[in-house]
Amino acid sequence: MLSSYPILSTLIWLPIIGGLLVLFAGRNNDTAAKWLSLITAFVTFLLSLPLWTGFDTTTASMQFVEKVEWIPAFNIYYHLGVDGLSMPLVLLTTFTQVLVIASAWDVIKERVEQYMGAFLIMGGMMTGVFVALDSILFYVFWEALLIPMFIVIGKWGGPRRVYATLKFFLYTFFGSVFMLVSFLYMYYQSGSFSILDMHTMHLGMTAQILIFLAFLIAFAVKIPMFPVHTWLPDAHVEAPTAGSVVLAAIMLKMGGYGFVRFSLPITPDASMELDWLVILLSLIAIVYIGVVALVQSDMKKLVAYSSISHMGFVTLGMFVLYDILQSTGSLQGAQLGMEGAMVQMISHGFISGAMFLAIGVLYDRMHTREISAYSGVVNKMPWFVMFAVLFAMANVGLPGTSGFVGEFMVILSSFKANIWFGAIAALTLIIGAAYTLWMVKRVFFGPITNENVEQLQDLNKREFAIMATLAVAVVVLGVYPGPLMEVMHTSVENLLVQATTSKL
Amino acid sequence: MNFVIPAFAPAIPEMVLLAMASFILVADTFWSKKYQFATYYATQLTMIVVAYFIMTSFATAQVITFDGSFVRDSFADILKLFILLVSFGIFLFSKEYLLQQKFYSGEYFVLGLFGVLGMFVMVSAYNFITLYLGLEIMSLSIYAMIALRRDSSEAIESGMKYFVLGALATGILLYGFSMIYGATGSITFPEIAQIIDSGKADPVVLSFGVVFVVIGLAFKLGAVPFHMWAPDVYHGSPTAVTLYLGTAPKIAAFAIIYRLLAEGMPGLVHDWQTLLIILSVLSMVVGAIVAIVQENLKRMLAYSGIGHAGFLLLGVLAANPDGYAASMFYIIVYAITGVAGFGMIIALARTGNEFDKIADFKGLNGRNPWLAFMMLIVMFSMAGIPPFIGFFAKVVVIEEVVKAGFVWIAIIAVVTAVISAFYYLRVVKAMYFDKAEETAPIAPVSSQLNWAVSLVSVALLVLGLMPSSLIELSYQSIGLN
Repeated sequence: MLSSYPILSTLIWLPIIGGLLVLFAGRNNDTAAKWLSLITAFVTFLLSLPLWTGFDTTTASMQFVEKVEWIPAFNIYYHLGVDGLSMPLVLLTTFTQVLVIASAWDVIKERVEQYMGAFLIMGGMMTGVFVALDSILFYVFWEALLIPMFIVIGKWGGPRRVYATLKFFLYTFFGSVFMLVSFLYMYYQSGSFSILDMHTMHLGMTAQILIFLAFLIAFAVKIPMFPVHTWLPDAHVEAPTAGSVVLAAIMLKMGGYGFVRFSLPITPDASMELDWLVILLSLIAIVYIGVVALVQSDMKKLVAYSSISHMGFVTLGMFVLYDILQSTGSLQGAQLGMEGAMVQMISHGFISGAMFLAIGVLYDRMHTREISAYSGVVNKMPWFVMFAVLFAMANVGLPGTSGFVGEFMVILSSFKANIWFGAIAALTLIIGAAYTLWMVKRVFFGPITNENVEQLQDLNKREFAIMATLAVAVVVLGVYPGPLMEVMHTSVENLLVQATTSKL
Repeated sequence: MNFVIPAFAPAIPEMVLLAMASFILVADTFWSKKYQFATYYATQLTMIVVAYFIMTSFATAQVITFDGSFVRDSFADILKLFILLVSFGIFLFSKEYLLQQKFYSGEYFVLGLFGVLGMFVMVSAYNFITLYLGLEIMSLSIYAMIALRRDSSEAIESGMKYFVLGALATGILLYGFSMIYGATGSITFPEIAQIIDSGKADPVVLSFGVVFVVIGLAFKLGAVPFHMWAPDVYHGSPTAVTLYLGTAPKIAAFAIIYRLLAEGMPGLVHDWQTLLIILSVLSMVVGAIVAIVQENLKRMLAYSGIGHAGFLLLGVLAANPDGYAASMFYIIVYAITGVAGFGMIIALARTGNEFDKIADFKGLNGRNPWLAFMMLIVMFSMAGIPPFIGFFAKVVVIEEVVKAGFVWIAIIAVVTAVISAFYYLRVVKAMYFDKAEETAPIAPVSSQLNWAVSLVSVALLVLGLMPSSLIELSYQSIGLN
């Protein structure tokens, strides 16, 4: 279906304009700021649904395309479009937006309009990252995004917020500038900044290796991969709840999206040459970071490390394809791994968002995230614990939840590539269960030892609605992932062809 | 000897400017008692009138007059229009600042006008003599402007420092001129270029000449290792003068770099390209690292200006028309951003508090969220973060340097951009994350200032979203030559 109005532009600019309106209109009126933000986010979400219903799953080419000249002197276009890889991520973004706005409802007391405005503007830019088909436009969104996040962490964060936000900003900025140089180099070679042109352009091996490494720095910082992950625990711990949710649920996905949109199709030969590097870093992330998560005493930090570990599955699933091709001779298994990685991204968006929201619920009441400060929460907050345990189980990868689907597919396909890859990756089933369930035991169950826990109130209606929505998403995706995979299928097939066609 | 009357028409803007400046100089002594602001309004009127004369006779082809010493082309016209635009902004901010700091006087505007005249002559210079003339008109005006505040020892010191070092730089430049003249026997740029190309000139003398010329230019531009004057002078000058000397003269400095190197000595590209690479890389690195420890915003912006000079040279060292155009775009953007940055300091300055320390900006978001947001735009634009125009300025020059085959310089450039992001972020951090020592709301002393500073800052955002026309303007004006 071709939409009659520019749906992607609407999804980008509606929240940005809404955010600016909130900044100005809500200056002395917090209630107006909140409602205006919620309505904007919700309308944006509704408007994003036609992407799903109108999506043509039989083609791998870009849909809902918009293309307007932007800077003709440099052949830069305002070029938007989605395929099966980006469309689910756009929906995840608009969906998460509604939840984060709602989650901050009573929590933020200081400068509400700036907080809400920053999140709306961020939301539009994140959609922009996923739908931009011109590399400069992509880079503009990618970088501009740092500004509102910088403010959000630094202004509403915890005690070490300034350190955390500067680290976040400089790490990500440092990573992305090399990507920019790669774009400029490719423009010089091909005369076009279009991502689709870059997919088909010819590149020599040395150039490919350098470009691949530049992309790797950019995306590895964002995902984040070991050893450039250290900004994430700091940023997560210090960020306000909604900031953590956006970071974990969407911003990390940009790194994964970058690999499938840029690294694999643009530098296939270098990817084949250097896939061991990504696989090695992924396996280290899965195991080592998992063990690190085990010893954390701060709940948010624990979930942050668990995020890094889970994102390891995403990169693993993406890069095992060359080994599968080598050992089985067909792309069948690689398809499984790649789709697993994509499902894992969406699923992790829901689960990590849910985990951070759950921690936020506790933090709002107790103002501490230390695991040792809690015990026996279930006695006072049965509804809350029901949801939290569900999300924890999903985080472990229990069958029937969304966490299972992606992890299972990736593990299965890595066994096809190399039995050791599979075996090491499967360790996460033990480690993940260990750190998650141990936290669950210490925080939610056991006797009440702290008088503050005695005073806890269960979820209010707003929190209940947020939790329930996410619970439904986690379970539905876990039980019936078919439609999501159908949407991705053709695009993933096309991606695999691109990733295995030499450009030398 | 026959004397042929030269064509005066191409120089009408300069002549109008000179006439008006001279008139205001005399008239100021009479009317300053009665009408305080007459000089100011006359100055701004001059800006508009001269801009009108340039626009109505906009050069579509190159016109050379005064026996080959003066050139009028679209490159010159566009740069002059931007010099006027930037100066208009400078005078607007300055008036309020001078009033507030209680040393308002007509001399500032008259000297400023002569400075603009000097810049015009520099932009249109087509031989060594004209170029030197323009440079001196501008420099002498600025020396005097810095020392205008007679009761401030810092300002006097800055004026002296700038004067001595500036004179030294001019001497070096002249020495280079004389060597090139000695080798080629000509002082007009196209002739020099021709003689160099023909290979008749002594290459050793020429090489020495180029080195001295480049050093002289580097002094004027404030490129490392000839940058030492910049932080002290920026810091010690009254903010209105810092605003003046940190913005418009940079455009003129770029113009003479273009005229001398690109039009005068394209045959010596291998000599000056290497020099520019060294200057550019050093400037970017030193500008980025040393700015980190600055506590004074004017000083920090001085080092940031040094870094920007390095970026500006990236386009020039590419040594092709696209590269020059990229640098031209960069310098225009830099000048506008500079007006916004120093303008913000002026807008917040109070009698007795210059508001030029980073600590002064603490908690500005709580005291005036709108201005804090404007300053955020300025800082991120300078850091080269999209969607602000500073990003495209950096992209364009880096693209040209990649095209010229210097990918390693591009990588150094982007890494220094990351380092320099840190000190711009410090200002944002102070405004948004730190608690203010004073919490009382703060606003510019006049609504005019408020509007002006908002307009320039918002322009950085709007230009960033629609950079196309400005980029094209630069590329076309160089392409036409």
